[in-house]
Amino acid sequence: MSVRRLHAEQPDSFAFTEENVSWATGQIAKFPEGRQASAIIPLLWQAQKQAGWLPEPAIRYVADMLDMPHIRAMEVATFYTMFNLSPVGEHFVQLCGTTPCWLRGADDLKSVCRKVIGEQGDITEDGKLSWLEVECLGACVNAPMVQINDDFYEDLTAENFEQLLDDLRHGKEVATGPQNSRHGSEPEGGLTVLKGDK
Amino acid sequence: MLRDEDRIFKNIYGLDGADLTAAKARGDWDGTGELIKKGRDWVIDEVKASGLRGRGGAGFPTGLKWSFMPKENDGRPHYLVINADESEPGTCKDRDILRHEPHKLLEGFLLAGFAMGAHACYIYVRGEFIREREAVQRAVDEAYAAGLLGKNAAGSGWDYDIYVHHGAGAYICGEETALIESLEGKKGQPRLKPPFPANMGLYGCPTTVNNVESIAVAPTICRRGGGWFSGLGRDGNTGTKLFCISGHVNNPCNVEEEMGIPLKELIEKHAGGVRGGWDNLLAVIPGGSSVPLLPKEICDTVLMDFDSLKEVQSGLGTAAVIVMDKSTDIIKAIARISHFYKHESCGQCTPCREGTGWMWRVLERMAAGEAQVKEIDMLLQVTKQIEGHTICALGDAAAWPVQGLIRHFRPLIEERLTRGPGHQEAAE
Repeated sequence: MSVRRLHAEQPDSFAFTEENVSWATGQIAKFPEGRQASAIIPLLWQAQKQAGWLPEPAIRYVADMLDMPHIRAMEVATFYTMFNLSPVGEHFVQLCGTTPCWLRGADDLKSVCRKVIGEQGDITEDGKLSWLEVECLGACVNAPMVQINDDFYEDLTAENFEQLLDDLRHGKEVATGPQNSRHGSEPEGGLTVLKGDK
Repeated sequence: MLRDEDRIFKNIYGLDGADLTAAKARGDWDGTGELIKKGRDWVIDEVKASGLRGRGGAGFPTGLKWSFMPKENDGRPHYLVINADESEPGTCKDRDILRHEPHKLLEGFLLAGFAMGAHACYIYVRGEFIREREAVQRAVDEAYAAGLLGKNAAGSGWDYDIYVHHGAGAYICGEETALIESLEGKKGQPRLKPPFPANMGLYGCPTTVNNVESIAVAPTICRRGGGWFSGLGRDGNTGTKLFCISGHVNNPCNVEEEMGIPLKELIEKHAGGVRGGWDNLLAVIPGGSSVPLLPKEICDTVLMDFDSLKEVQSGLGTAAVIVMDKSTDIIKAIARISHFYKHESCGQCTPCREGTGWMWRVLERMAAGEAQVKEIDMLLQVTKQIEGHTICALGDAAAWPVQGLIRHFRPLIEERLTRGPGHQEAAE
């Protein structure tokens, strides 16, 4: 288990934008009558997208929307580690440190983060970057890798990762996915199977 | 080596399109309605005849699992739930199915759902797979627009709806009852069984939870026949399997191969061999982080299937092959896996909640040479006290890698502890 606490400073209130309210209605409609609590993870996730992180008033707001006791929503928000209970940088780097990535140099990427950003949880002064070591993100044959906001960046080296962070910070366009010549999970340097296909 | 025409996932690398037109050109959704008209028993019998064992890690026969669903509807709806919460370290096969072969999966949902009398299917995609979730949603939208889902899905006379749902970063939600809890809007803490999900699952209704890969191979099995699938691999370990080869190999990759392929052949043929050559191999974790590692002398000859790996006190798990060469600090590598389980324990059962952290701290000290030799036996004893004493298998999964380390590398640990701190160089 990981210890997760609410942030010391919280905004006074939270409310979904009109667009998000109608989006939330669509999510709730996926579940049978009376089972609206099932939609809590997508709704909290959307609240986090809207606010940049998940403040406590947003947890209560979502609980009310789903007709759940506040404590049940609080349990969910503190249990699932993708809910950021404190503010993060505009580009939030989740660095995979689990064994398959560690074997291929995740520690080098951590050093880059420390050099460019600072310690875990620190946000750079310009508000652009912060990072966190996370557990296996499920792209192990493209290790080492990180997730930044919604995208995976794979087959990283200390050099191209530092460049990537610099580009993101300066608002440059970056390529997602593998950062070498690979397209997906195929072996680098030529297919060993399915060569007849494109 | 498996021939390309026997490969089920022709677009696993995403070099071709994932859209409906491209999927149909690869043979997906071909006569699905006709397959369904052959009846529930026919679908289940084909899957049973194929010998397919669940691809999520446990290897339970899929056809048998489907047949556990009540034959008659007692008024409660039946549900099919797809476990796309792929997060076993080393494993990244379902991700490729989700993003590159989503239609194979949707067709499988329909066939499997029909076979168990379900009209609704939820797919639970791990939270981090945001692009993959979008890819599945795109495919679902396409399939609805083409009449392949919804009322009279694919002209089968069966009404079927698929809903895409997601998690938010909890490995434990890959456990089927934790997934159901999470889908109901709660913390993902596993339930005691019985009652089993086939009787009391989602919302207290009959539910079957299946892995992505198990479901995605079902349409091809139904089309080509259970006999075709069971003709591949060997008895009790049939068919093809997606392998993920990561770690110290020259070309890490995913590849679909025949069950029972020798580990050495798998690594050398597809992943470009071990970094520095086969003799530079130290150990392999053959089935995702939960299974015990194998030292080189076993890797030389072992076959990659459920029963072969069980014979050498390991397991096929998710078929995620993590390769470690001789530069690896093996104690540190397993300590990092223990950290993973400590982080992912749901906290419900004391042996797991306390034990995972305990094992991790001891292993960290051992890696640093700061423990005493007698603590090796103590550690082994603790793993035995966790294993089998928890509601779900996470406790077992946390204990096994540590047991594997002690089983095969005890002299190395002893040597490091005897030398004391400050000597953390690699194994040789």
